[in-house]
Order: sequence, then structure tokens, then C-alpha cells
Amino acid sequence: MSELDFLPFWLTLKLAFWTTLILLIIGIPLSYYLAYTKHRINTLLEAIVSLPLVLPPTVLGFYLLLLFNKKGFLGYLWYKLFGKQLVFHFEGIVLASIIYSMPMMIHPLTAGFKSIPKNLIEASWTLGKSKLKTLLMVILPNMKASILTGLTLSFAHTVGEFGVVLMVGGSIEGETKVVSIAIYDAVDKLDYSTAHLYAFILLGFSMFALLTLYILNRRWSIS
Amino acid sequence: MIRLEVKKRLHGTSGDFTLEAELEVKEEDFLVVFGPSGSGKTTLLRMIAGLEKPDEGYIEVKGKVWFDAKRGINLPPQKRDVGFVFQDYALFPNMSVFENIAFGMKKKDKDKIMELLRTAGMENLANRKPTSLSGGQKQRVALLRAMAREPSILLLDEPLSALDHQTAQVFREEIKNFHKNYRITTIMVSHNKEDAFKLANRVMYLLEGKVLAEGTPKEVFFSRRSSPKFSLNALLLEKNYTDVVCVLTLAIGAELVQVVVDKDTADDLSVGDTLLVSTKAFVPVVRKIHSPHLKT
Repeated sequence: MSELDFLPFWLTLKLAFWTTLILLIIGIPLSYYLAYTKHRINTLLEAIVSLPLVLPPTVLGFYLLLLFNKKGFLGYLWYKLFGKQLVFHFEGIVLASIIYSMPMMIHPLTAGFKSIPKNLIEASWTLGKSKLKTLLMVILPNMKASILTGLTLSFAHTVGEFGVVLMVGGSIEGETKVVSIAIYDAVDKLDYSTAHLYAFILLGFSMFALLTLYILNRRWSIS
Repeated sequence: MIRLEVKKRLHGTSGDFTLEAELEVKEEDFLVVFGPSGSGKTTLLRMIAGLEKPDEGYIEVKGKVWFDAKRGINLPPQKRDVGFVFQDYALFPNMSVFENIAFGMKKKDKDKIMELLRTAGMENLANRKPTSLSGGQKQRVALLRAMAREPSILLLDEPLSALDHQTAQVFREEIKNFHKNYRITTIMVSHNKEDAFKLANRVMYLLEGKVLAEGTPKEVFFSRRSSPKFSLNALLLEKNYTDVVCVLTLAIGAELVQVVVDKDTADDLSVGDTLLVSTKAFVPVVRKIHSPHLKT
């Protein structure tokens, strides 16, 4: 057996880390908006956010490929700005993962925002705190469980993605070849022992992440 | 001094109605807005706090305009300087009792928080989280939190309704003492007459969005206008002044009746007026004069 290549793992973790972080940053204002405003456009937004749940990753990947390539709208813009292509590059799969894992972050956060009793928010306002301070000091600290759920699910979902990354990023060593793709490649080359190892580590990691999530959620919901 | 005149269309459980209220509350007054649930009391309180927007009118507190529909002024709750106590406490679960009280203070003052906690007999609970407190303790913290801000007005939304009778009794006394000591102008919403009698120096009786009566608790609850047991339409036929009183001869239905009123009341009336005669304090004599049921 050849020596195990850890590069795909490193890449997977890097991809999941950036995806989750960026999702958290856009997820909080977007979910805040979805939870606290009643606008007709919300229904449309919710449907768009949830699309990746029902679409085959290949469909999503195909459209993203059209959008991200050098002639596509976003790919062109990116190329002009950074002199680099989006497709077959790490930045491209981060962007694709953000869209793909969006529901994993938005759904728990929106539910979390909605679970905060309205009078807690109003109490904070009458105590002179701005909307931003209310968000940071009252709302977010009281929905820790939802934030943790969003973080864990987004991270785990990104670790587990395959189709979208393959469509947008291909399988480029050190750039887009994440664990799931490395497993596919290994099986393709009939290198079952490598596939086994990668698969087993991924399985263990996902199990660990979800277990931690449920244990922490349980503890927080009791206290 | 608080001056307010507001109108707002409300969607009640028994149909839509318009809340119309005019109010003047003097410095250090304790006003109880009394009325059954669904009469717009809480909405009125929320409009003062800036949590709800009236359709028309103005709200002015201590010479500052908080709301004026005509001039397009509507200060957000943050800028209104109120202390609001919610019916179900609304304490922040992520903060300790101490932190809850400190949260809204304009100037954080540890000694003042401890003094407030001492007056409420809760200094040993300063580091507890709200979830571990009893209902009465929670509501005390909510009151302290609102008071710690030293607001222009204290707004209490049914603060006793979630408590059991005994706890409510004790807490009512505490509210009274707090008001005596700190003299913050207070408006409290309640459907409980006991609150109005024990706490208020003024009462506003609200029913289906309309002000039915306003005045001291005695005026409001014992006035015949506001809660008659029965009232009859009468036509005034004759006035006879005798010394300090006046005998009115009235036609009520097919009957002729004589009633006695004081001179001041009689001066406002003239023969031919239609009057509303109501009585509450006397037990009427009831006697059977005819029965359609045959004895067997």
C-alpha cells in the first residue's frame, strides 16, 4: 500500500472551514431578514435557498459551471478582478459550496431567530439598546443551539459534498481534489485500500461531528 | 406630565374596533388603565413605549414629543426613555439577575443595583439565572430592571396577572412602596379592580377601545354612569325645588315616578329632557304580581 496522501483531507477541511465561516457571515443577516419581516419576496427567497436540497448536485453544478466559467457572468467578473478563473480553482469550489450548503445554515438560523420570544427583543429596545446591540447581546446568545446546528450541518454537508465540486472543480491535486473525489478516483483506479481508508476516516469524522452536535444541543436545551 | 391623544384601528377577537384615548398624567401619578381583556389597554401602553404606532394623534412626555402623526414624528422605543415591565417578565435567559438589571442602565452603577436588589430582598440571588427563579422573583427582577433606568415613565403591563393570588398580594404592596420611594410616574394596565384601588390615584376605564370613565378610583367605580346595575330611560315632566334637593317627576314607560336629586344636578336638567336613570346601590324589592302558570 502506498503512503496515504493527506492533501485531500487538508483541502476538505480548508474548504469546509471557509464555506462555513462565510455562510455564517451571510447567514445571520439573511436569516434575520427572513425571520423578522413579512414580505412577499421572502417566500421566493426561501424557495431559492432551499433549492439545493432538492436538486441533484449535478444540476446545480452544471448551472454553476455555466455561471463560473470564463465566459459566464460571475467567472468573467472574477477573472477581470483577480486574473484567475473560478472553475477548477479552490475559490470556485468555495463559492459553489456556499450555495450548495446554504440551506444547512439558513434553516437552523431562521428557526433560531423565530424561537426568540418577541418580548425579549422588545424589552431590549425599551431598555435603550439598538437593533444591532439587541442582536449581539440578546438574540444570538439565546440561540446558541441553532447557531451550533447551522455551523455543524454546514461543515459536515460541505465535507460530504461530491457532485457540485466535481462539476465545478474537477479533480485537481491540491486545488480541488477533496476527500470525496479522492475516494471516487481511488475506486476508479481500483485502489480499494486507499478508498477504504479515506472512506473510513470520513465516516468517523461525520459521526463524531453529529454526535458532538447532539450532545451539546441536548445540554443547552436542558439548561 | 404626559399628554396623549391617540387613535388606532384594532383587530379584536370580537371584531374590529377603534381605540380612542385621551390622557393626561401628572408627574408622580399612578394611573391604572382598567378594563376587560381585548379592550385595547395593552396596545395603549405599547403605543406609549413605541412598540406600536398609532394611526393618528400625538404623545408628549415631559415637554418632549414622542409621537406626532401630523408632523411625522415617531421616536423609536430606544429613544423614549421608558421602563416597560412585560406581563410574562421578558428576562434575558442568558444573563444573571444582576446583568439583567445592569443591561438597561444609562450609567452602570454596581452599588445602585445592589441597593435595588436589597430593597426587594433579593441580594443573594444576584448571580442566579432567571430560569431558576420563581414567578414572583422574576417579576421583581423585571420591575427592578425597568426602574434601574430611572425612566421618565414606568409602564407596567398586567404585572400581577401571571402570579398566584398570594404572591400578587405581596408584590402589589411592593409596587406601592417602590412608587412611594422612587416617585416615578407610572401607568399600569390591569383588569383587576384591586390593583386600581390599592395602587392608583387615577383610573382610566377602557372598554372596546373607548374611555368609559376617568378619575379617582372611587369616582370611576362608584359612579352610576360607568357601571349601572340597571338603567332606565325617563322623560322629565316636572322639577320641584325644596331646600337643598329637588324632586323630579319622571315618566318611565307607562309609570310615573318621583326621584330626588341634588340641586346642582337638577339645574342642568329641564322639563322635556330624556334622562338615563340608573341604580346600583339599592336592592330593589321584587314581588310577584301575576303568574301565567296554573297551579295543579
